[in-house]
Amino acid sequence: MVDPLLEIEGLSKAFGAVVACDAVTLALHSGEVHAVIGPNGAGKTTLLGQLAGEIRPDAGRIRFAGEDVTGLPAHARAGRGLARSFQITSLFPRFTALDNVALAVQAQAGHSFRFWHPAARETALVAPARTALARVGLAERADVPAAALAHGEQRQLEIAMALASGPRLLLLDEPTAGMGQEDSGRMIALLSALKAEGRMTILLIEHDMDAVFALADRITVLVYGQTIATGAPEEIRANSEVRRAYLGEEAAA
Amino acid sequence: MARPAVTRLVLWGALVLLLALPPLVQGLGADFAVGVATRVLIFALVGVSLNLILGYGGMVSFGHAAFFGAGAYVVAILAQHDTQGEQLVTWPIVIDGTQSALIAWPAAMAVSALLALVIGLIALRTSGLYFIMITLAFAQMLYFLFISLRAYGGEDGLSLFARSAAGPFDLADDVHFYYLVLGFVLLALWIKRRLVASRFGRTLRGIRDNERRMQALGFPTFRYKLAAFVMAGAVAGLSGALIANQTEFVSPSFLDWQRSGEILVIVILGGMGRVYGPVAGAVAFLLLEEVLSAWTDHWMLVLGPILVLVVLFAKGGIWSLIERGETTDG
Repeated sequence: MVDPLLEIEGLSKAFGAVVACDAVTLALHSGEVHAVIGPNGAGKTTLLGQLAGEIRPDAGRIRFAGEDVTGLPAHARAGRGLARSFQITSLFPRFTALDNVALAVQAQAGHSFRFWHPAARETALVAPARTALARVGLAERADVPAAALAHGEQRQLEIAMALASGPRLLLLDEPTAGMGQEDSGRMIALLSALKAEGRMTILLIEHDMDAVFALADRITVLVYGQTIATGAPEEIRANSEVRRAYLGEEAAA
Repeated sequence: MARPAVTRLVLWGALVLLLALPPLVQGLGADFAVGVATRVLIFALVGVSLNLILGYGGMVSFGHAAFFGAGAYVVAILAQHDTQGEQLVTWPIVIDGTQSALIAWPAAMAVSALLALVIGLIALRTSGLYFIMITLAFAQMLYFLFISLRAYGGEDGLSLFARSAAGPFDLADDVHFYYLVLGFVLLALWIKRRLVASRFGRTLRGIRDNERRMQALGFPTFRYKLAAFVMAGAVAGLSGALIANQTEFVSPSFLDWQRSGEILVIVILGGMGRVYGPVAGAVAFLLLEEVLSAWTDHWMLVLGPILVLVVLFAKGGIWSLIERGETTDG
């Protein structure tokens, strides 16, 4: 069997008395979509923060593509092909949609100590940015400042930025957060299309059960920082502990 | 980049006016105005340097006068050693004093850049209010250092025997000096326009707007901020070298916190994150000072409300009244 792309081993993080992440162990294989679900405060975002390099774990190891990245800062992990999106939309509001994505391309296109040539006219940056925008369906909105985009479009732009760097692993933090039914349906379709291309490995944190069961190959359930179950969607659906802890409320509804 | 007609008109008008200013005011018998205009341009240059880190990098440096004052002192100290025939350094290498602009001015830039490197390495580890405080603290340390340096005049400051020698330019001639300073300002503006639109400039603007996101995208943001901080320091050092030549005198007041505040006001008044903003700011600030201080000692009483009005009603500063929107994002 091939080594996993991402291996998390005994990852722990406490904020004071609150244990947000308790000896979490996970493995992601190339090409799979792995969803992490759990009730509010289960430590999903803390887990993602540790993977992205923004939160330093108290204990445990993170291996990415065979390399121990536990001690690496966020920008160095991004450089190795680990891209993330944010739960709360995090864009460059004054930049146009195209420039937002071009900046993501630039991040992976060598150093930025270039002082003279206008970046907006660099085909090497603009062309991949346009491609990424087209992939998420924002080609028409390239020249609109990010601040002027609708919420759903901003979420799509988040994905385009994460895609633009040509990542090996996408960390998506609630891509449908704050979306209405229609927008979130579009987002699920977009992510399914990415998945169908088959090259993308995705760790998906999500509240929306429709999205999770539509996309995930495997699901991990996190409660109070602990993994209570990992398995295929149908196993998770059938798992009584999970139903009690989390799905119960929705199943009853 | 296509610019609206109004902006282009203002820019060309300003350029023609600045080029024609010396013969114009001399014709009117107001020779002193050349000196005033030179001073305005020097403050425009230091404003342009602060704008790079404040307006484009989001770094609110409250210690920019440190680099300005250091540049001024480098010129004055080198000149003093030259006129007194004493070496500045005898070990491990011998460094003589000099009055040559070709040596002293680059030296001023280098010293200020080095100072910015050291201060930046520490200050840029903080942000927000802490960054403001730490840059202020460093500038004040330098201020008290120069106050205690008796060899260089201490509190009383240091007079220059003459302006620097600058090849074909006779700097003792106010008109020559004016055109040289104008040349520096135009050069700085041109470089700034290119820089802001380049990869580096875009990186800097990205850091200003959302540093966390930049890191997540893979930008090691610290080194870009530091590079901008050092560049701004170097240009502020050049401005300092120029002001020392203009006034033929330097004193610790060149680097106290009030001076840092004035440079900040120039940038905010003119328009942060706008290439030409600091020039407009310097013109407005120094002319107001000139006019109002002739009328009353308490001219700050008038300036204060004006600044409040600008901040309230023209968030992008004076320049935003001419040029709408941020044209440099691209």
